[in-house]
Amino acid sequence: MSAPTTPAPADGTNGATTDEAALPMVDVRSVHKSFGSLEVLKGVDLQVRVGEVTVVLGPSGSGKSTLLRTINHLEKVDQGWISVDGSLIGYRRSGDKLYELREREILRQRTRIGFVFQNFNLFPHLTVLENIVEAPVSALRRPRKDVTAAARRLLDRVGLAEKADAYPKQLSGGQQQRVAIARALALEPRLLLFDEPTSALDPELVGEVLDVIKDLAHQGTTMIVVTHEIGFAREVADTVVFMDDGRIVEQGAPGDALDTPRHERTRAFLSKVL
Amino acid sequence: MSLTSDPPLAKAPAEPEDYGALKVVPVRHPWRWAAVVVTAVLLAQFVHGLATNSGWEWEVFAEFFTAEVVLKAVWVTLQLTVYGTALGFALGIVLAFMRLSDSAFLNAVSFAYIWAFRSIPLIVQLLFWFNLAYLYKELEFGIPFGPGFFTFDTMGLVGAMSAAVLGLALHQAAYAAEIVRGGVLAVDSGQLEAAAALGIPRLRQIRRIVLPQAMRSILPNAANEVISLFKGTSIVSVMAIGELFYQVQVIYGRNGRVVPLLMVATAWYILLTTALSILQHYVERHFAKGSTR
Repeated sequence: MSAPTTPAPADGTNGATTDEAALPMVDVRSVHKSFGSLEVLKGVDLQVRVGEVTVVLGPSGSGKSTLLRTINHLEKVDQGWISVDGSLIGYRRSGDKLYELREREILRQRTRIGFVFQNFNLFPHLTVLENIVEAPVSALRRPRKDVTAAARRLLDRVGLAEKADAYPKQLSGGQQQRVAIARALALEPRLLLFDEPTSALDPELVGEVLDVIKDLAHQGTTMIVVTHEIGFAREVADTVVFMDDGRIVEQGAPGDALDTPRHERTRAFLSKVL
Repeated sequence: MSLTSDPPLAKAPAEPEDYGALKVVPVRHPWRWAAVVVTAVLLAQFVHGLATNSGWEWEVFAEFFTAEVVLKAVWVTLQLTVYGTALGFALGIVLAFMRLSDSAFLNAVSFAYIWAFRSIPLIVQLLFWFNLAYLYKELEFGIPFGPGFFTFDTMGLVGAMSAAVLGLALHQAAYAAEIVRGGVLAVDSGQLEAAAALGIPRLRQIRRIVLPQAMRSILPNAANEVISLFKGTSIVSVMAIGELFYQVQVIYGRNGRVVPLLMVATAWYILLTTALSILQHYVERHFAKGSTR
């Protein structure tokens, strides 16, 4: 990260906000990211308020997934900054300097941000229950007994209580993705990020995963969902963001952004997917 | 057949026959039977020879197979194998992760180690270690390039047995490093990403997520290495260590019964290799948890 273009947020508050409505849960400021000579993010600004569902749409290669991956520091930004729940991601401010965080501190930050992958990435050699229990025990050092009980409740919530002792390969894609969501929830994150959660699924399995995500949305979980499911965006999103060529070109309530898009690229994309 | 040719004349539609009621005659393989007969005869001759040729001297074999001196030698061979494997793979894992690290320096050091120890024949290396005392009369522990705290007499510290273990382990480490590295590379990168996204500590990511999955591709190669190290311990006989092959040579040097004593060594090597193969089967089964094939 070179010199940030905007001053970093007041330091030392580390998420302990008194007025939650005032500070956004996610604050992305003029983020740039390149892979070699390819600039994938060309100055992205995005704010997500607490309890809000933001759906990110856009063609492949528009930078949606990269944006999502910068928010939990799976990708480091080249320019700009990101804060989640009041704390700067990947850096610590001291005086007028930004210090890069140690890996241990970054891992700590990630425990507050749930991430659900397109390809589930469940650990194939661990049972469903072990998959869910692993991170709270090893990253947060919670007692295994409590975590196991909580994991069973989570499995019940995603409708897979009877699959606790199965291995991921014995489950359907939709079931695996629901386990992956339960695994992310086990850390009790403040924010959930979904990277095309239904793109690797057979069409008839998409619904069961979307239902779980909708359920979370209705319970007031703050989330950013990258997806191609326009119907889902219309139904669940508070804000729809449309990305093209590394920039956000359109942003607004689903009624406005999906039905009366102002930008020509948005219209072209929507006419193809609808 | 040309595409423009006339269609065949339509025959009068016949009544479909009922093939289900007919007897099926399987195809015969006469040459397969000939091969079986020839192989069986050769095999019979070989077994007959083993039993009747007095040159095998089975009574000498029986006398020495469980002789105390041979059993002790088997024990030494097993010790060399176990220590060589354990130290070799421990160092190999370190070298593998050095090669996988982002540090160009650690990467280069590991590469150079593997290059060097794969290039030097084991027997040459063993003789070097055996003669370590010639190069360094004493070993000193202390601040690098500064004052020392303890000194050891190299001759006393590096006895023949530890020189052998050291040589086998250092040699093994180079091969183990590449096997472990291959196994780690075979694990889907999404696994590390998921572990990182969940905030699982780095060492735990490796121990709990990466290595158990890497084991599936590491094990078959590692078992090969252990078995070849087990037999490779016979090279240590050049250092006059009382392992199986050396001891057998000593005995037939005394009594001149070369063939039966070579058979004693052979039988032990086969027996223990079989045990290792069975062990491999169970270890592989353990690490196949959760896989469908």
